[in-house]
Amino acid sequence: MPALKIENLNKTYKGEVVALTDVSLSVEQGDFFALLGPNGAGKSTMIGIITSLVEKTSGAISIYGHDLFKQPALAKSMIGLVPQEFNFSLFETVEQIVVNQAGYYGVDYKTAKQRAEKYLKLLDLWDKRDTVSRNLSGGMKRRLMIARALLHEPQLLILDEPTAGVDIELRRSMWKFLRELNKQGLTIILTTHYLEEAEMLCRNVAIINHGKIIENTSVKDLLKKLDKEKFILDLDCTVNDVPKIEGYKIKMVDDHTLEVEISTTQNINHLFSLLGQQDIYVTSMRNKTNRLEELFVHIVNN
Amino acid sequence: MLNRQNIVSYLTISRKETIRFLRIWPQTILPSAITIALYYVIFGNLIGPRIGDMEGYSYIKFIVPGLTMMSVITNSYANVVASFFSAKFQRYIDELLISPTANSIILLGYITGGILRGCIVGVIVLLISVFFTDLSIDNLYITASIIFLTSVLFSLAGFLNGIFARKFDDVSIVPTFVLTPLTYLGGVFYSITMLPEFWQTVSLGNPILYMVNAFRYGMLGQSDINIFTAYLLIIGFIIALYWINIYLLRKGFGIRT
Repeated sequence: MPALKIENLNKTYKGEVVALTDVSLSVEQGDFFALLGPNGAGKSTMIGIITSLVEKTSGAISIYGHDLFKQPALAKSMIGLVPQEFNFSLFETVEQIVVNQAGYYGVDYKTAKQRAEKYLKLLDLWDKRDTVSRNLSGGMKRRLMIARALLHEPQLLILDEPTAGVDIELRRSMWKFLRELNKQGLTIILTTHYLEEAEMLCRNVAIINHGKIIENTSVKDLLKKLDKEKFILDLDCTVNDVPKIEGYKIKMVDDHTLEVEISTTQNINHLFSLLGQQDIYVTSMRNKTNRLEELFVHIVNN
Repeated sequence: MLNRQNIVSYLTISRKETIRFLRIWPQTILPSAITIALYYVIFGNLIGPRIGDMEGYSYIKFIVPGLTMMSVITNSYANVVASFFSAKFQRYIDELLISPTANSIILLGYITGGILRGCIVGVIVLLISVFFTDLSIDNLYITASIIFLTSVLFSLAGFLNGIFARKFDDVSIVPTFVLTPLTYLGGVFYSITMLPEFWQTVSLGNPILYMVNAFRYGMLGQSDINIFTAYLLIIGFIIALYWINIYLLRKGFGIRT
C-alpha cells in the first residue's frame, strides 16, 4: 500500500485557470520523495489538495489506503504539514502552538505536553517554549513549524520549501534531522528550489510543470539521463589561451580556471593526462552547477 | 462525529479561545464593565429619577436587564468574529483545516469562547448593578437560559460574520451599523408600549427586542412580549445560524480555495 496515491487529479481555479491536469503519482511508504517544479507549476496546489486546504476539481487521493474524500478524518490524521508560509498565531507561545495542534488531532493534553518537550528539545526550541511566536527568529519559526507538524506523530510528512531563506548551518541541521526521521520510517515529501537538497536527501523525484507530471523516477535514474556535465577546473599555473584538446569543449573562466564540458562517454582521467602533456595540472575541480539542477533546467525547458 | 479525537479537539479549541479572551481581559472584559457602570451612573442615578418609573419599576431597575443583554450580545459576537477572522487573516485556521477535526467541532469550539465571554461579562454587569439598585431575579431559570441562549445566538452570528469578513473593516461593520442600532431600539431603555402603534408593530420585527424582554421577564417578571415567542425565536435563529455556518464551512467559503 503506497503512503500517497494520487489518481487523475485535476484542479481548475475560478476564472478557468488550470493548475493541475490529470496528475497521477504514487509515493511508497518510507520514501524520501522530492516534488520539483518551477514557480507556478502546481506544486503548492497539489500539496494544498492533499492537505485539504484546496478543493479538487476531480480525481482521487488516498493516504496509507484511506480515501481522503471518503474517510477524511482517517486520511488527515496520517499527514503532517510544514507549509511554505508561517501560519501560526503570532500571540501564542511556542508551547501553546504545538500543544494545541496535537489537540486538534485528538492527542490528550498530558501526552501533548510530553511530546512538546520531546520535539521542541529535538529542534532546539525548548528554551523558547514560553516565548511568544512573533518574537522568534526566522529560523526558529521554521523549526517551530516542523515541531508542530510532528506532534501528532504522522506517517507522512509534507514539507513545502522548508529551508527557504534559512542559513546554511541551520539548513544542514534540518537535513540531518529529516534524514533521521526518514530512517525511523517516516515517509517524507519535500518540495524545494534547492536542487542540491533534493539530490542529497531524496530517493525518488517527480517534476511538475504547467500542472502536469513530466518526470517521475528515482533520483539515480534521473541523473543517468544527464549525458554531459560541466566542470570547473582550478589550475596550478597561468594559461594565456584555451588549451586545444580534441573532443572536449573547453572555455577559459580566467587565467587560472577552465570550464570543461564532458559527456558520459568520455573519461575525465584522459582529459587530465592530455592537459598534463601541455604542462597544465589541475589542483581541484567541481561541478559548475548541481547535476540535478542542470537536468531540471533541461527537462523543464524542453 | 463524537469520537475521542473530536472531543479532545473541541476541548483544545475551547481552551485556546478562553485563554485568548482572558489573556487580553483589558480589551475584552474591562471595557463593557466600565461602559455599563457609566450607563448606570448617568441613565440610572442622574437622569433616571427625573424620568420616573417605567412599567412600574424605577428606571435603573428597568434598564439593568437591557444593558446586561446589550453586553452579552456585543461581547459574544465580538469575541467570535475577531478570533475567527484573526485565524483566517494570519492563516492559522489552516492548523484546524488540515486536521481531522469535524466542521461542527470547529464551530462549537469557537462559539464556546463567545458564549463564555458573553456570560462572564453578563454576570459582571449584573454584579455591578448591585452598587446602583437592588438586584432581583424573578425566575433564575429564565434569566440564566436567556443569557445563555442569547450568547449562543450571537456567537453563531459572529462566526458567520467571520466567515464572510475579508478585511478588518468587515469585522466592525455589522456591530456598528446593525447590532448597536437594533440593541438601542430593542427596548433596552424604554418599553415599546410607549411608542405609537405603528412603531410598536415595527419594533416587533427586531429580534433583539425579544431577547431583552425575555431577560427582563426573567429578572422582573414583566415583559412587552410573550416569553414563549421569545424562546421560539431565539432557538429558531440558533438552528438556522448553526446550519448556515456548517454549510459554509463544508463549502470552504472564505477559508479554502
